[in-house]
Amino acid sequence: MKKILSKTESLKATPHLYCPGCGHGIIHRLVAESIDELGLREKTIGIAPVGCAVFAYDYFNFDVSEAPHGRPPAVATGIKRVRPDKIVFTYQGDGDLAAIGTAETIHAANRGENITVIFVNNANYGMTGGQMAPTTLIGQKTATSPYGRDPKREGYPMKVCELLSSLEGVAYLERVSVSNPKNIISAKRAIKKAFQNQVDGKGFSLVEVLSQCPVDWGMTPQNSIKWVEDVFVKAFPLGVYKDKK
Amino acid sequence: MKKTLMKGNIALCEGAIAAGCKAYFGYPITPQNEVPAHMSKRMPELGLVFLQAESEVAAINMVLGASATGVRVMTSSSSPGVSLKQEGISYLVGCELPAVIVNVQRGGPGLGNISGSQADYFQATKGGGHGDYRMIVLAPSSVQDMYDHTMLAFDLADKYRTPVMLLADGVVGQMMEPLMLNKYIPAATGDRSWVLDGARGREPRSVKSLLMAEGALERHNLELRKKFDLIEANETRIETKNTDDAEIIIVAFGISARVAYSTMRALRAAGKKIGVARPVTLWPFPQKTISELAKPGRKFLVAEMNMGQMVEDVRLAVNGKCPVEFYGRPGGGLVNQEEMIERINKM
Amino acid sequence: MSKLSLSAFTRIKNNMQTELIIAGSGGQGVLFAGTLLAQAAVEENKETTWFPSYGAEIRGGTANSTVVVSDEEIGSPVVNSFSALIALNEQSLDKFLPKAKPGAVIIVNSSLVNKKVDRSDVKAYYVPASEIADKQINDIRAANLVALGAYLKASGILKLSSAKQACDILFAERAKLIPLNQQALELGYNSCRQG
Repeated sequence: MKKILSKTESLKATPHLYCPGCGHGIIHRLVAESIDELGLREKTIGIAPVGCAVFAYDYFNFDVSEAPHGRPPAVATGIKRVRPDKIVFTYQGDGDLAAIGTAETIHAANRGENITVIFVNNANYGMTGGQMAPTTLIGQKTATSPYGRDPKREGYPMKVCELLSSLEGVAYLERVSVSNPKNIISAKRAIKKAFQNQVDGKGFSLVEVLSQCPVDWGMTPQNSIKWVEDVFVKAFPLGVYKDKK
Repeated sequence: MKKTLMKGNIALCEGAIAAGCKAYFGYPITPQNEVPAHMSKRMPELGLVFLQAESEVAAINMVLGASATGVRVMTSSSSPGVSLKQEGISYLVGCELPAVIVNVQRGGPGLGNISGSQADYFQATKGGGHGDYRMIVLAPSSVQDMYDHTMLAFDLADKYRTPVMLLADGVVGQMMEPLMLNKYIPAATGDRSWVLDGARGREPRSVKSLLMAEGALERHNLELRKKFDLIEANETRIETKNTDDAEIIIVAFGISARVAYSTMRALRAAGKKIGVARPVTLWPFPQKTISELAKPGRKFLVAEMNMGQMVEDVRLAVNGKCPVEFYGRPGGGLVNQEEMIERINKM
Repeated sequence: MSKLSLSAFTRIKNNMQTELIIAGSGGQGVLFAGTLLAQAAVEENKETTWFPSYGAEIRGGTANSTVVVSDEEIGSPVVNSFSALIALNEQSLDKFLPKAKPGAVIIVNSSLVNKKVDRSDVKAYYVPASEIADKQINDIRAANLVALGAYLKASGILKLSSAKQACDILFAERAKLIPLNQQALELGYNSCRQG
């Protein structure tokens, strides 16, 4: 009989503590599958952020380092520069990557660090209770934008792929979502490519994953998926933003 | 062996390289600019890593990453930049990662000026970052020390898996002096079971300071405390001269200790009974030696290039047994022999 | 405890330690001239420290280096009063002459300084260092070492041969510059007359 499903080796058997309907579990799985399929598990060092994925080292079955809030690209740089033979990736949320860690993100990208960045954009700060993120949509209500994000007061949603696309050091940028099986397959392809690029020494590769956060959005999981597909992707269009040949 | 004329900032680089430093991450700031400049030339020559980071914040986190893979790594900066590194230092202690951090102090607060200073004593020894931690702090007072202490700093960092700071200042960093390029004798390699180098044929490892499980953080802190106690017991260093018959003991570290020694020599030549106690480690502070030196009839003069920081530790050690007076020059000023003699004459 | 007067202390120090400040405008090579003197001290196994003015002034502003040479361990490399001054321009003479100790050796680059030293308690030497460098070795940038050569003669603190040896070391990677710099030292040494 043909085996069609097996345990993903790069994931531990530990049950996730993510909220019901959260996208992180899916994204962890896509990262783990990509690493397994490329045969990289034994030389991978991941960097966990400060945010919902802070416990990533409890879920991934390979070496993981913590980083202060926003600093994963710097920590990844330190690792990759002294251990260029290792596969180094960061897993970061929108607050970590696009607010407090903006400088680290932009400069790692601009240096063309040969690392992979998995950027989970869920339009708010999940772990601390749904506060406004740099990627919060205009009009979106959060714990710290109770009247809705007003661009006059809080500025506009930060579009990381668009922002980084002008930097010469960047090899690959793609925005994907995990709202339905078709999008998940597409997200998997992008994530795997971002790791393959590192194996090939192509430089900085980032995949922005639009993810659902039903609890902090105050929605049912079903409605959160609908919101991603009807609203979120309108502000953050999916697609490839850079693919350096 | 003939001595080599060298700048303090260069000597610390060469000490680091001799000790097997594999990577340097830093950001320019006066008065330590020779360090990134020299490392940018020397490290690639030797096939080692140099990277100019986008900020001191990034630099200390690059240090954290490199350290997590088990290599010897260093960063350097000066006071305002070291303030920016405090977050990373706290994480390094929490994650139990070795690293060498150099502060070539300048005057503050704020941007201050670029002249030498010792105003970061509190920041370095009392924990400039958050959390309940201690950090080994060495206080070089010569170009020779810049070289030797850097090698020592790497050994201590590895031995105790904790960051070590070299608390220098603009004068020691900028001055040139002859030094002996002493050969580095490698220390024994400790436990390496924490190093992140890929989970090949072993269970995955993680480097972390977040401990949310019931009781886990308190247990971690108690373990750290045990380590700090061990460091206090084993690594406290102080240099004393002419203290046996001294009526006045000058307590000074770093550049101020040089002035203390020359003051002592001048006054001894004139028949005055002056001694010097120079803490080499500022943490662990040589509490016991200072306490033993505090004998009736004796006076202490603490000299620092700040408005009175180490003097608090000296007073705690002396514990009221002798008068402790203070001579200091704050950011922008330098302690000097003429003033020190005047101050002693008034005691 | 009885007091020790500052002047008594200064006398003790003067016997074994020399503090020289070399000052000029940025680009005149005052840092290098100091380095060379410190290296010459190393050649004679003496204790020495070198300390620069540092900061924003790279070219055009004023710059100086302080060199202490001693037979015993040196305290601070930063000193408030000097037993010798090499003034490569007028501004430097104005600024540092008041800080010279009685009996100090003052080397004045008379090519660029038009005034006389207005203190009778110091020993002044006028050396046309820039002209000598320009006319005799065709490189005005060597004025710093001409002045340093003059200082070696006037003070006698270190041998000319030690300074020449220091050239060999400091120019090890640019050996073709050694003869020119040694010549500058020698020209300065031979041109030094008090007056």
